[in-house]
Amino acid sequence: MSDEKKFAAYICTGCGIGDRLDAGQLENVATREGRMNVVKQHEMLCSKEGVKMIQDDIDNDGVTHVVIAACSRRAKMEAFAFPQTEVAITRANLREGVIWARPDTDEAKETTQEMAEDYIRMSCGEIKQMNPPKPSGQQGRNPNVLVVGGGVTGMTAALEAADAGYTVHLVEKTGALGGHVAKLHKRVPFRAAPPGTPNTPDANLPMPEDTGIEELIKRVEENDSIKVYLNSRITKTSGAPGRFSVDISAESGDTVTENIGSIVQATGFTLYDPSELKEFNYAGSPDVVTNLEFEELTNAAGDGPIKRPSDGKEVKAVVFVQDVGQNSDEEGKLPYDSGVGDLVAIKQALYCKHHNGDDCDTTIVYNNLRTPGAPGEDFYRSGQKNGVIFTKGDVKEVIPGDTLTVKMHDKILDEDADVHADLVVLDVGMVPNSGPDPYAANESLEGMSDEERAEELEAQAEAAAAEEAGGPSVSVESILNLDYRQGTDLPQLKWGFTDSHFICFPYETRRTGIYAAGPVRRPMDIKQAMDDATGAAMKAIQEIENAAQGRAAHPRVGDLSYPTFRKEGCTQCKRCTVECPFGAIDEDEERYPQYNESRCRRCGTCMGACPVRVISFENYSVNTVGAQIKECSIPEEWDEKPRILVLACENDAYPALDQAAIAGEEISPWARVIPVRCLGSVSLSWVTDSLNNGFDGIIMMGCKRGDDYQCHFVRGSAMANERMAKVGDTLESLNLEPERVVVHEVAITDIERVPALIKDMEETIEKIGLSPFKF
Amino acid sequence: MSDLNKRMIEEYRNDFLKEVEANVEEGEWVKMCMQCGVCSGSCPLGKHWAHPPQEIFMMIRAGKRDEVLTSDSMWMCTSCYNCIVRCPRQLPITHIMHGLATYSKKLGLVPKGQPTATFAEIFWNNMMKKGRVNELKLGLALYFKDGFGPGIKEALRNKDLGTKMMKAKRMSPAEFFGGHGIKDVSGLQKMIKKAQELEEARMKKFD
Repeated sequence: MSDEKKFAAYICTGCGIGDRLDAGQLENVATREGRMNVVKQHEMLCSKEGVKMIQDDIDNDGVTHVVIAACSRRAKMEAFAFPQTEVAITRANLREGVIWARPDTDEAKETTQEMAEDYIRMSCGEIKQMNPPKPSGQQGRNPNVLVVGGGVTGMTAALEAADAGYTVHLVEKTGALGGHVAKLHKRVPFRAAPPGTPNTPDANLPMPEDTGIEELIKRVEENDSIKVYLNSRITKTSGAPGRFSVDISAESGDTVTENIGSIVQATGFTLYDPSELKEFNYAGSPDVVTNLEFEELTNAAGDGPIKRPSDGKEVKAVVFVQDVGQNSDEEGKLPYDSGVGDLVAIKQALYCKHHNGDDCDTTIVYNNLRTPGAPGEDFYRSGQKNGVIFTKGDVKEVIPGDTLTVKMHDKILDEDADVHADLVVLDVGMVPNSGPDPYAANESLEGMSDEERAEELEAQAEAAAAEEAGGPSVSVESILNLDYRQGTDLPQLKWGFTDSHFICFPYETRRTGIYAAGPVRRPMDIKQAMDDATGAAMKAIQEIENAAQGRAAHPRVGDLSYPTFRKEGCTQCKRCTVECPFGAIDEDEERYPQYNESRCRRCGTCMGACPVRVISFENYSVNTVGAQIKECSIPEEWDEKPRILVLACENDAYPALDQAAIAGEEISPWARVIPVRCLGSVSLSWVTDSLNNGFDGIIMMGCKRGDDYQCHFVRGSAMANERMAKVGDTLESLNLEPERVVVHEVAITDIERVPALIKDMEETIEKIGLSPFKF
Repeated sequence: MSDLNKRMIEEYRNDFLKEVEANVEEGEWVKMCMQCGVCSGSCPLGKHWAHPPQEIFMMIRAGKRDEVLTSDSMWMCTSCYNCIVRCPRQLPITHIMHGLATYSKKLGLVPKGQPTATFAEIFWNNMMKKGRVNELKLGLALYFKDGFGPGIKEALRNKDLGTKMMKAKRMSPAEFFGGHGIKDVSGLQKMIKKAQELEEARMKKFD
């Protein structure tokens, strides 16, 4: 391919575009104003012939930059999938964006045509600023998966990856594989009773089954593709997906460095310690045990009866206290519920019935009985069938003694009751084994002014520097020891669980190429953890292949562009390195940003952050959007045709606009929509430029931010909101009304709301008048 | 009082649940109740019960033997079968209620003067005499169940209805004297006695 650029625009007249619009006029606009070298019409551009026409021009005529003026960029993606590295492509949205969004009436004809012409101008402006993206070639194909954690999750992930033909390094900090499951006597059954099982009290229902852990360990140990490191930890992880360099250090002090493609973190959980909850007397009586300790008691019993720890007396009455220290807002308790504790209690009550006979009384005192999973309800019935007593109540106190007394309030009978027992088992919850949260300190920044924030960040940076120099270290031990600019471990979303995109992308974390699986992600049981491990292994091997080709992971799947910066312009302000939601950017020795292509999700949050606008992608930059703003026609003031700029996030807002048009919702004729990768990529300069150019209003539409965020780039929308808080100053300096710029959170389902938001702006402009900047 | 009725209450133990399972008709279903409360919500008379079915089942599990067996709740059941139809666990709740009532009667724990229980007893005794129900005597026995004075009052109150029924030949005054019966009354009585013996033998003792 020569370096010469050749621009071409193709106008589709199918789907009614030709009937509603003057295609000849659009061709004129593309030729004269857009200055395209080639302009062609086709009656159905997405057909075989249409696509061939474009392909022929690329192959024979040297076309390098293509504007496709047809349907939305979200439609016909396969038809217009020309090789990314050879041609730059943009789409002018004439179908969903214009003809479907406007009524087919004589009065609307003029403004509809103007709208279409603007989109042609804007796309022609944009394409001139674009170049075909090229992958960096920073990394090759590295088929090694690192699995951290040798429990049932880690081992399953390792086996799945190995079975798919990848090499696995499995690191376990203790001296044996198996994790928690190896300590269990039996597991909750995996399957429900077969269909057709009657509902009778004597039905054949699922019972506790063997854990299967020994077989799993054997399979791991016998697998040639899995290398197991026992008594080992990760002491350093550097690089990026496809080129991680990981130091695995054994207790003995030996350290090996492995080249790794991607990582699965399956570090599991620790059980909550109930010692501080005085009312349960866990510390006060040896016969008050946790659910895990009860497993050990059962293992110790062998085939004989379960005996209690204090005096070895055969247990004849056991009380299971559910939800100990869980689901509570109180200090020192877990704010969430593990969800599996009731299944565990049923299983353990059945141990009692099996080992100590039918006349061993087992009472489960629950608050909300939850038995999730396929066998859950059947297993609950199995417990009932075998005479386990379930009672809804609040345990107030456990009084130690030769016979323990559990004081409770029965919530069904609404009365206080004493239950006597030889042994009390506490259902304690799962606490994730996460490393220190890299953003824990950032939470203190919420609600601060710019100056305060800057000071705080500076203070934190100093503290970090002091730490490097041998200062105080973090209290929680790091698991991955990442040498990333943004902290040593995976970011957490809530309550210490590693964060993932909870709607669309489980297993994903905010560190590309590192996937969390099992109870470190959320509390779960063995079956769920094994399914989780399989999912994470799939993501890990997908990332290896993506990184090898320089392709982005979701949501810009397959994107080959990645950010670069103009070094001469960089002021080393560090905003990009601090604000990247994925910690993709490090700093080099000279303190310039250092981009890591395979860690990058291509959201452009760095681009939006850069105050000197030196960061850009080949096909998306301050200039590509700037050109669209510049090329949009601004009618004279006396025409009374306002212009509303809509910067719409391509993940939710833009498809919502498309859907609105498909559903027949009318969109204001004054709106001009520019898709952006994420609201986080919006540069403040686009706002000032468009106001200076005479736009009357600006609407920014991004995804929901905050704890229950829907932003596809996690923090992008939140960043944009913070930045746009400052836009008031800009408006003030231009002497403009603050209502002219608004930011909205939009969901993909808001198909009626989105046009209404634009309509609102139209009404606002009517009220406050057109912008005085039209010349 | 039966000798089945001697044991102490043990809270939240399986003992009473096991007793119910062994001695109450359909009692083996009680443990399968999941305390959803649909039965109590569905019972048209539920709000008049001291303990609606859900609570009765919980009391059984809590070992509240006396409270359950001396309760008049299960006597309030009108056999409308709403609870059976709606129970998500498909417990035969109506049958369990009748089973509990029967068991309570067997143990002599029925609350004194419980009308349903009184009627049931009158009905049974009436039927056992001739092998079929003597409606005239059944009606009269009901009128006079609370004594002679109230009986006369009740009889006078219903005299028009009685006269009409006699005119329409729906009731015969001659039935008052002996009344007609089945062919082999003593055979039936023997049969019932044997059945009761068999049932008694099957009862488990809990003490």
